[in-house]
Amino acid sequence: MIAEAGLAALWLAGALAALQLAMAVIGIARGRDDVAAAVRPVAIVQGVLAALAMALLINLFLNSDMSVKLVVENSHSAKPWLYKFAGAWGNHEGSMLLWVTILGLAGGAVAIFERSLPERTLVATLGAQATIALGFYAFLLFSSNPFARLTPAAPDGLGLNPLLQDPGLAFHPPTLYTGYVGLSVAFSFAVGALVTRDVGPGFAKAMRPWVLIAWIFLTLGITAGSYWAYYELGWGGWWFWDPVENASLMPWLAATALLHSVTVLATRDGLRAWTIMLAVVAFSMSMIGTFLVRSGILTSVHAFAVDPERGAFILALLAIYIGGALALFAARIGTVRAGTTFDPVSREGGLVANNLLLSVILGIVLIGTLYPIVAASFGVQLSVGPPFFNKAAGPIALALVAVMAVGPLLRWRRDEARAVVGRVALPIAATVVAAVALLFVWPGVLPWAGLSLAAGLAVASVAPLWKRNLRRTPMFTYGMVLAHLGIAVSLAGMASDSAFTRETLVAVRAGEAARVGPYSVTLDGISPVIGENWSALEAQLTATRGDDSTRLHPQLRFFANPPTSTNESAILTALDGQLYTVLGQPDGQGRWQLRLWWKPFVTLIWFGGVLIALGGALSLVGRLRRERRSAVRAAWA
Amino acid sequence: MKAKHQRLTLALLALGAVVVAGLLALSALKDQASFFYAPSDVKRDGLPLGRAVRLGGMVADGSVKRAADGVTVHFTVTDGAATTPVVFAGIVPNLFREKSGVVAEGQFQADGRFVASNLLAKHDEKYMPPEMAGKMHETKTLAPDRGS
Repeated sequence: MIAEAGLAALWLAGALAALQLAMAVIGIARGRDDVAAAVRPVAIVQGVLAALAMALLINLFLNSDMSVKLVVENSHSAKPWLYKFAGAWGNHEGSMLLWVTILGLAGGAVAIFERSLPERTLVATLGAQATIALGFYAFLLFSSNPFARLTPAAPDGLGLNPLLQDPGLAFHPPTLYTGYVGLSVAFSFAVGALVTRDVGPGFAKAMRPWVLIAWIFLTLGITAGSYWAYYELGWGGWWFWDPVENASLMPWLAATALLHSVTVLATRDGLRAWTIMLAVVAFSMSMIGTFLVRSGILTSVHAFAVDPERGAFILALLAIYIGGALALFAARIGTVRAGTTFDPVSREGGLVANNLLLSVILGIVLIGTLYPIVAASFGVQLSVGPPFFNKAAGPIALALVAVMAVGPLLRWRRDEARAVVGRVALPIAATVVAAVALLFVWPGVLPWAGLSLAAGLAVASVAPLWKRNLRRTPMFTYGMVLAHLGIAVSLAGMASDSAFTRETLVAVRAGEAARVGPYSVTLDGISPVIGENWSALEAQLTATRGDDSTRLHPQLRFFANPPTSTNESAILTALDGQLYTVLGQPDGQGRWQLRLWWKPFVTLIWFGGVLIALGGALSLVGRLRRERRSAVRAAWA
Repeated sequence: MKAKHQRLTLALLALGAVVVAGLLALSALKDQASFFYAPSDVKRDGLPLGRAVRLGGMVADGSVKRAADGVTVHFTVTDGAATTPVVFAGIVPNLFREKSGVVAEGQFQADGRFVASNLLAKHDEKYMPPEMAGKMHETKTLAPDRGS
C-alpha cells in the first residue's frame, strides 16, 4: 500500500503543479487577483506532497519492501539502517525524486516566506517554478517511476554499490541537491521579473537571500563531495575534473557570479540585464548537470543506469526550459530600462571583472566537459582530464584571485586609482614576500603563483575591517571577509597539496617499514575483520614521526551484495597535513602493497570550503536581520 | 558615459570574454585531450607517441605478471583482434582481473609497450565504460570467432 500511496502523492503533486501554473497564468493574464491569491497555498501543498512521496520511498527502503523493484535493485535487508535510509537516493529514480522534492519544497518555501516581492511578480515566479516542476514530475511518472512493483516479490535485494556505502551518502546528495535545485528559485525569480517587467533593486534584494541559501548548500555539497571522493576512492586526489564534478562546479561558478552581480543590482541599480541572464544561466547549468549525470552518457559512480530514453527526456526538458527562458529574455530585455552607470575604477568595476572571469572559467569547464560528448557523437573517442583544466582554467582562476583581493577595497561608483594603490600596498607586499620566500623551495609555476596569491588574498580579505568600528560593521561585511578568507585558505591547501605531496609505493613484509615525508610507516601485520555486511583484510600500521607513533588500519574490504571490494584508506590528520595510507594486494610471496602519501596542509582545502559557506551564512543572516529591521521601521513610520 | 553606451561596452566585454574562453579552451584541448585507443586501432594506425592517451580492452587470460619489486604489474590488453603489452606500477583497482575489462591511462613507448599511470576497471557488475562497450561490440563483429 505504501508504494501506491507514494505514487498517488506524486501524481497529485504533479496535478497541483499543473493547477499552480494554470492559476498563475489566469491570475496574471486576466488580472484575476482572486485566482492569483490561491497560488501560494497550492505551491505549499505541492511541496508537501512531493516531500510525502519521498518520505514514503524512504519508508519502503527502511522496511526492505522487496515487492518494490527499486528496493530490490538497490538495497539488501542485511544493510545497516543508515544505508537503507540514504540508499533511497543512491539510485536513479530515488535521486530524481529527491531532486523534484527539493524543487517542490523550494517553491513552497518561496510561497511561505517571500513577502518583499510585489504580488504579481511573486505569482509569476511561482508559475515559473510550477512549469519546471511539471516537466520533472512527468519525467518521474512516465520514465523513472520509483514506486514500480515487482511481481512476484524477490526474496532479497541486489544491494547497494559498496562505494556508496559510506556516511557521506546521507549528507552529500541532499546538500548538493538543495544547492543545485535551490537555484531554480533564482531562475523562477528572473522569469517572473521578465514577465511583469519588474527588474530593479527591490527585485534584487528579494532574490539575494534565495541565491545565498542555494549557494551555501552548493558550496557545502561540493566540499563534502570532494572530501568523500578523497578518502573513499583511495587515489589520494581530491578533485578529478570528472564530468560529474564539473556538473556541480558549473552551477557554483554561475551562482557565485550571480551572487556578486545581484549585489550591484541591489545596491547601485546596475547590471540589470546581466543579472537576469546569470540567474537563467545558473539554473540552466544545474539542469545540464542533471542531464549529464542522469542521462547515462557518462560513466561514473554517479551514473546509475544507461537508458537512452531518459537522456532524451531530460534533454527535451532542458531545451524547453532554457530555450523558453532565453526567448523570454530576448523578447523582454529591450523593455527593461538600463540601470545606472559607474566608473571603471569602482566596486562595480571590480564586480564586473569578477563576473567576466568567472564566466570565462565557466565557459572553459563547460567546453571541456561537453567536448568529449560532442566528439563521441562524431565517432571520435577522447577524454579531457586534469591537464586541460589546469592549463586552461588555472591562470584565469589566479587572475580572479587577484581581482578578489582588490575588489572589496574599492569604493562604490567612483574611486581614485592613486588611493587604491595605497590600500592594496600591504596585500601586494604579502604576495611579494611569499613569492620570494617560495623561490627557495620552488614548487612549480602554478603552485608558486597560487601560494603567493593566497598569502596576498588572506591579507587583503581582512583589509575591509581595517580601521573600522568592528562592533558597528554590518554582519554581511564579516560574511564577505570570511568567504574571501576561505578562498585564500582553500587555495593555499590546493597549491600546497600539488606542490609538496610525497608519495611512496612499496611491497613490504610484516615488520618492514617504509618512509614517506616525515613519517616512517611499519607494517605490523594483517588480520581479518568482520563488519556488518562486509568482511575485510586489515593492515596494522604504525606511523612514527619523531617520538610520536600512531596506529592506522587501512582495509581491503569485501562485500557480498553485490560482490565487490573497496580500499578503505586510513588517514592520520596532523596540524600540518595528512598521512594517507592504502592497503593494496598481496604479491603472493608474503609481501603486501602499501601506497602512502604525505600531504602537507591538504586539510586547508576543505576547511576553506567550510569557511566560504560560513561566510555565506553570516551574509544571509546579516541581510535578513537588516531587512526585518527596515521592515519594522517602515511599519512604525 | 550614457547608460546605453555602458551597457553596450559591457555586452561587448562579455562577448569578448566568451570568445577568449572558447579560444583558450580549444587551443588547450588540441594538445591536452586524451584519445581512446583499442589495440587494433594501434595496429592499424600506428603508435600515437608523445601524448597522453587511453587504452581499453580486456586483460588477456594468463597475462598478468608481477615484477620482483612487488608493485609493478605487466599484462596484455586485447580487443580480440590485436594485443598491447602494458606496464603499470601501483595498486591495481579491485575489479582488475584477467578476462575483465580495463581502461589504462598513460603513454605508448616507441617499442610498442604502453606505460600506464592509472588503471580504471569496472566499478561494479553494471559498469562498463561506454567507450569500451563500443569497442568490444566493434571487435565482436570483426572477429566473431574469438573464442572464450
